[in-house]
Amino acid sequence: MIEVKNLTKIYGNNVDKALDMVKKGISNEEIKNKTKQVVGVRDASFTVEEGETFVIMGLSGSGKSTLLRCINRLIKASAGEILIDGRDVLTMPAKELEELRKRKMAMVFQRFALLPHRTILENVAYGLEIQGLDKEKRVAEATEVIDLVGLKGWEEAYPQNLSGGMQQRVGIARALATDPDILLMDEPFSALDPLIRQDMQEELLGIQEKLQKTIIFITHDLDEALKIGDHIALMKDGQIVQIGQPEDILLSPASDYVARFVENVNRSLALTASSVMVRPRYVVHPKDGPRTALNFMEKHGLSTLFVLDRIGKLKGYIRAEDASEIASQGIKDLGGIIQTDMPTTGPDSPLAGLLEVMAYTKVPIAVVDENNKLQGTLVRGSVIAGLAGGRGEMNNG
Amino acid sequence: MDSIPRIPLGEWTDSFIAYLQIHFGSGTQAFSDGLESLIKGLQGFLISLPPELIIIVVVILAWWLAGKKIALFTVLGLFFIYNLGLWSVTMETIAMVISAVLFCMIIGVPLGILGAKNNTAHRIIMPILDFMQTLPAFVYLLPAIPFFGLGVVPGVITTIIFAMPPVIRLTDLGLKQVPEELIELGKSFGSTFFQMLLKIELPLARTTILAGINQCIMLSLSMVVIASMIGAKGLGGVVWRAIQTLKMGMGFEAGVAIVIIAIILDRITQNLGKSK
Repeated sequence: MIEVKNLTKIYGNNVDKALDMVKKGISNEEIKNKTKQVVGVRDASFTVEEGETFVIMGLSGSGKSTLLRCINRLIKASAGEILIDGRDVLTMPAKELEELRKRKMAMVFQRFALLPHRTILENVAYGLEIQGLDKEKRVAEATEVIDLVGLKGWEEAYPQNLSGGMQQRVGIARALATDPDILLMDEPFSALDPLIRQDMQEELLGIQEKLQKTIIFITHDLDEALKIGDHIALMKDGQIVQIGQPEDILLSPASDYVARFVENVNRSLALTASSVMVRPRYVVHPKDGPRTALNFMEKHGLSTLFVLDRIGKLKGYIRAEDASEIASQGIKDLGGIIQTDMPTTGPDSPLAGLLEVMAYTKVPIAVVDENNKLQGTLVRGSVIAGLAGGRGEMNNG
Repeated sequence: MDSIPRIPLGEWTDSFIAYLQIHFGSGTQAFSDGLESLIKGLQGFLISLPPELIIIVVVILAWWLAGKKIALFTVLGLFFIYNLGLWSVTMETIAMVISAVLFCMIIGVPLGILGAKNNTAHRIIMPILDFMQTLPAFVYLLPAIPFFGLGVVPGVITTIIFAMPPVIRLTDLGLKQVPEELIELGKSFGSTFFQMLLKIELPLARTTILAGINQCIMLSLSMVVIASMIGAKGLGGVVWRAIQTLKMGMGFEAGVAIVIIAIILDRITQNLGKSK
């Protein structure tokens, strides 16, 4: 359990005076004008229960990253308490702090922070190395978490050869490798493309279900906060303006500021196809025979499958029953059974107009670009999730 | 101007050097003996090896680090020096350069780390480096003599002083260029000071530090030649003798040998940082 009590961080050389003014309730602006001290975090208090994901969200400059760094004392808070299992991080001796960082908590960074001179395996094993584990154990444990984040086979690669999404998987694996109780995640998915970001969010939820870590997660994306957080704290100008479960934040905003946020989220009319589509993972090519297609459909529980040509252009779809018929006739080519009456849409079409199509079609809606290349598909689950959570990302984060 | 007495900077320097000599003379003597046996040992070793062997080793190194063209240049250049009969004086020079660079690294890298980590240290070290680099090299050849006498030792010591600044500067710079997020990474996993240094900071600063060492080698070579004025021998000694006896041909030969050595050393060490 992490308890943060009245945490304040002031940047400058006359901290005491500014602290006094914070206590008296004088605004940040006035403190800055009078004392030249900058208030980073102002009187923040919250509790994070074991095994929950606590999201701190706010715009850039709201103090969320400062607050996170106060928790492992990368930044030393000016006043207040940070209790981890009853011990105050702020006053703890240096040796104890080092032990805490080594074994109890790990951090995931926005720009991944991978060491370019080390392989993926060596990067993941960094924390274990610092703990002084011998090489054999290090390799064994690091290999295990690399597998967990789906990077098996990349152990000997170097970070610069990996895509952003894969690099952040390494970052997460590194944080998990020491088996810490607490994960501090500083906007871990902000630097990733939207579709990759969605995948990573899903994956984090999956990992969290398995491992039940205590996570403090920073984001400026409300949608991400709603999706991931068990509790959400909203920050503005260094202050926490509301803490609650996602529904609380959505349904009973505590201030106009929060309400304006939520408003953004409900603009479902502004949602576009590309913002809620899922990646077309399940496709076949005409040269794949009906057997392959059927196996694939059976394995993933699908009744239809999109067919793409070699360069990714959408040719149509096939139905399971047709595929099984030609399979029994011994026909090897899918060409004859490709249907072309599937609904399609461009990536920028508003979602509102697609809902009706969605309701009646038996085939997922295909999202294609101007060259008829398949970008993604709209399935009911993702659309409903999109509508429920909204995808309005805060604009100046 | 007459009313203001002349500031006796020169006299002060003389008495300061005299003071140092009286109080630290025995210490410098021991140091001097140690350094001398190191350099002489290295010189003896290099001269005792067959030139062909050294050429082969250097060529392989050049090929590996700098490519085919430089390797070819190295073969031709070194055989040319051998052919001119300058081989053993060249080895003397190389031994002096190696000893000087070794000391520059041993002293310079830690000072650079200190400068990067500590602002006060940085503010003290940097002006001293400026002073060391801009003071004409001939000027500090002189005080080396009362401490270390004439010969190879004062030559190498002045070389160390002359060639060390880039090592310190670029170590300092390289460490400061390590991205903040990677420093945070190290700290957030509980790394100690030395773990940070060895596992994160120095590897990331490697290319910059090696650039400093490359500069250090080039400066050492030039200073070792000048130091022949106080008896450091080697290729510079040949040049110095040629000047005194007005033998232009002999001076030119030694000069060309110095250029060849400089090019080989530069090209090989320039690529140290990029090889991996």
